[in-house]
Amino acid sequence: MDYTTKFGSLSSYEKGRIDVIDDDAKHYAFSNIFEVAEHAKPWEKIAVGKNMQYVLEVIRAEGTSPWRTCAHDEFPLVMDGQLVLELVKLDVPLAPEGKNGSIAISGEPAGKRMGRITLRRGHQALLPANSAYRFHAETTSVILLQTILGDDTVQKWAEICLS
Amino acid sequence: MSMNEVVQSSAPNGAGYKSFTIGAFTFGRDEFFARIAWPTGTHVLSVDVFLRALQRDVAWDFFYGTVNFDSVIGTVNHYGTVDLFAGRYNESYRKAELDYVENFESGHLRETFKAMLEDWTNSEFDPFASPAETGKPFGEKSGSNTSAITRRRVAANRMVGVPGDEQIRTDASHPINRMFADVSQDEPLLEAEPGFENEVAAFNLFAYLSRSDVTWNPSVVSVCKESLYCPTTEEYILPVIHGNDRIEWFVQLSDEIRWEVEDGDTGKKRAAVTMKAGDVAAMPGDIRHQGYSPKRSMLLVWENGSPDLPRLIAAGQAPIYPVDF
Ligand SMILES: [Fe+2]
Repeated sequence: MDYTTKFGSLSSYEKGRIDVIDDDAKHYAFSNIFEVAEHAKPWEKIAVGKNMQYVLEVIRAEGTSPWRTCAHDEFPLVMDGQLVLELVKLDVPLAPEGKNGSIAISGEPAGKRMGRITLRRGHQALLPANSAYRFHAETTSVILLQTILGDDTVQKWAEICLS
Repeated sequence: MSMNEVVQSSAPNGAGYKSFTIGAFTFGRDEFFARIAWPTGTHVLSVDVFLRALQRDVAWDFFYGTVNFDSVIGTVNHYGTVDLFAGRYNESYRKAELDYVENFESGHLRETFKAMLEDWTNSEFDPFASPAETGKPFGEKSGSNTSAITRRRVAANRMVGVPGDEQIRTDASHPINRMFADVSQDEPLLEAEPGFENEVAAFNLFAYLSRSDVTWNPSVVSVCKESLYCPTTEEYILPVIHGNDRIEWFVQLSDEIRWEVEDGDTGKKRAAVTMKAGDVAAMPGDIRHQGYSPKRSMLLVWENGSPDLPRLIAAGQAPIYPVDF
């Protein structure tokens, strides 16, 4: 028998459901990555998971992102589309030591080019601590980012979650 | 190791299996069933269910919180010691005051469970495998399957694929699973400048998961401080009912799983959560859950491995629900 593995995408996804018996659906903070990305602004970082200070952010990737940096490692996973990731080793770290979450860099980052990575659906990359990074997406793509709650994390649970 | 921490077992019974004693609990098996006795009761369950659950409890070192083998038997991890219980999280047993709990040094229970798993698992049976991909656990004792039950637990330090860390899976050791034959195997295109080969890193997570030879067995692929990505491939039924002591999150990467959710303390039904590809949901800190996956699926389990959490949990200060809205 041939099996078909179902992945979701911006153009084709189906949200699941909660059948409540004796509970409140809000307890599950249930959202869908593609639905969140569908209604997001490009490069906005929307939390879809939060465990204490840690978050999972959905990013709608469209065109070229601003340069960003972060004091700790982050990990983007491509859920839909294709991206090119550029990495620069900053001469001087721009995110204060111990700061959680990414920050934007104004203008071009000062440092050595580390390289670039072409990522497609299912690919996960390392954004090394204190590097500068930016993404480029020819067609609208979707990223799930493993990171920590920061200044740019958008929280709009009531809008995205089943209730 | 003191005398009372030595694994206690009997000579083989008529079916060829040893019985094991720890504290006031005894565990025995026959051709079809595991039989458990404690001072206020006895319990019987299919040895199929029992061995699959026992395998996870041993491999995960009692995991986060409660591992219910079924509605009666299980363990609670106190991270150093562990409770072995019967009926403790079952309302009927509690009301009848027939529930029983005993606390052991983790090492003592771990070694007893490992010896039981080794003795009771026959050569044809792999407790980690989908039931469609392994032999039956039943019948008289015939051989052992040590390599299957002692698989190394994969845990990346930074990320799979980073030089010096866990590496990607290949045909030689991890052929693509029959249910993931259509999953793209292309790897990211890495163009590192000289000197940066160790930090320009990426891998195909979906291809990596398509080659997993186990089910319901999370392994760490990326680490952001204490935030752990623990994806796993799921087929058939989660062999334990997990009562998480902290919030854990699920990201359904492919296909579909239905979660039966019960109250963690009483076992009363609370909800059924159906997750499809792209869905994200939290499992609250006061429930227990068991997943049903009709086709092999990719599930990203996201855990907070903070060493502060056991103290907060013990003090009742860990959050039960993930966000207020
Ligand atoms: Fe769980």
